[in-house]
Amino acid sequence: MAYSEKVIDHYEHPRNVGSFQKEDGGVGTGLVGAPACGDVMKLQIKVSAEGIIEDAKFKTFGCGSAIASSSLVTEWVKGKTLDEAAKIKNTEIAQHLALPPVKIHCSVLAEDAIKAAIADYKKKNGPEDAAQ
Amino acid sequence: MKIAGDARMSNMTAIQGTKSNGLAQPIYLDYQATTPCDPRVVQAMLPYFTERFGNPHSRNHYYGWEAEEAVELAREQIAAIIGADAKEIVFTSGATESNNLAIKGVAHFYREKKNHIVTVVTEHKCVLDSCRHLEQEVFKVTYLPVQKNGLIRLEELEAAITDQTSLVSVMAVNNEIGVIQPLAEIGAICRKHGVFFHTDAAQAVGKIPLDVNAMNIDLMSLTAHKIYGPKGIGALYVRRRPRVRLQSLIHGGGQERGMRSGTLATPLCVGFGEACRIAQKEMASEAERLRGLRDRLLNGVKAGLPEVYLNGDLERRIPGNLNISFAFVEGEGLMMGVKDIAVSSGSACTSASLEPSYVLRALGLDAEMAHTSLRIGIGRFTTEKDIDYSIGHIVEAVSRLRELSPLWEMHLEGIDIKSIQWADH
Repeated sequence: MAYSEKVIDHYEHPRNVGSFQKEDGGVGTGLVGAPACGDVMKLQIKVSAEGIIEDAKFKTFGCGSAIASSSLVTEWVKGKTLDEAAKIKNTEIAQHLALPPVKIHCSVLAEDAIKAAIADYKKKNGPEDAAQ
Repeated sequence: MKIAGDARMSNMTAIQGTKSNGLAQPIYLDYQATTPCDPRVVQAMLPYFTERFGNPHSRNHYYGWEAEEAVELAREQIAAIIGADAKEIVFTSGATESNNLAIKGVAHFYREKKNHIVTVVTEHKCVLDSCRHLEQEVFKVTYLPVQKNGLIRLEELEAAITDQTSLVSVMAVNNEIGVIQPLAEIGAICRKHGVFFHTDAAQAVGKIPLDVNAMNIDLMSLTAHKIYGPKGIGALYVRRRPRVRLQSLIHGGGQERGMRSGTLATPLCVGFGEACRIAQKEMASEAERLRGLRDRLLNGVKAGLPEVYLNGDLERRIPGNLNISFAFVEGEGLMMGVKDIAVSSGSACTSASLEPSYVLRALGLDAEMAHTSLRIGIGRFTTEKDIDYSIGHIVEAVSRLRELSPLWEMHLEGIDIKSIQWADH
């Protein structure tokens, strides 16, 4: 199976690889997937006082499509509000990367990772305090 | 990329881009999937496509006789590599057909008296699927487990045999992990209980010494394309004394003593024969050379990387196979990273079930470890330079992907990934 150019580009030059301090109040961490299924994504967002995602980092255990999906969403969420980021759909990720049907689950996982990171941030900061 | 039997093992890293080894193509390290034809094999085959094109079953003219003579020489060459008589060799289209013919053929022929078959969970899909098919009829099948090293326990085999057992089918060498089952011991047990012993020797012929009489093997599946012969031809050894009888799968003109009708492909037969002749002659020296390359690769990778695990027994293994788990790095992602070499993965990211290799799972490997495996096959045309390049290439790719891996990060932080409640997806 041949990978799309965009997948290869993200795989060979992944954007925003790394980790933030989990304990940092402004950081939301999403850890989704399972090693037994062959995919684990860790996506972290750093949220400003104004509720804007200033920065994002990821680490992924998985195939090229999984790495590319998570790399791509770190680019997409930057500069967005939490609500805007929560609206990113797996179909947009799959379409952008030209993922074949067997790789759609990679884009689903990336969407889940964003939602999990946002939920973690909100939980830490409380529903009232969380900048909306 | 899902590896499904051999089809799954043949998934090369089909990734475009400049190869940093400066070659137009990746280095081929997937010799358990298939092998290139030896140029000597191609040379031997060529005349049989053009001037010597006769039908080997044409009994009444020169062209037929010429082709028949070539086919019969090939039959002798194939028989010789397994210590059989040429009359006991039935040509087929490959090991899949041979396995189907052996298992279904014996089961069906003896169905009035016996209805039980014994096989092993790590067999090739074509053996397992033939058995599943028989289970839908009147047959019962016992699937023996394997130990952590990939080998069966002889006492479990013996205990599984009943007076209803017609056939025991145990592969000689496993296609994923290269381990060699104790054939002579299995043969002795089968003979003692009056049960036929079939072995799928697709990965064993030409790699290890085989003798159907010394090992009490009654049926053996062979294929040409794993030993530098052409694709599209294989054979089934069927013992004549004591005679094994089969119900054929393909009916027609009664060729191959009625066991497999159809005109023989003379060039393929000739290529298969020549491949066996060469393999028999060079087996000992080639095994020694491959063992050296194999050890060099394994030691080099282990020296460059922590948390690297060999799957399957190292000692009781063909020299050209390695199956390695690179913990915390997913196999398919890794295959994309080692684009300068063509290998296979035991991961199965693309399959609907997300199930990794059933062979590795049968060894007791966790699913997460099975997902991190690569099968590396070394063969006749692999050089020391290829191996040295591959070591550096693998070490670099694994190191890079571990930097990307949240599991590696947890490992370094001392977090046991098994202690985490992962959500299945």
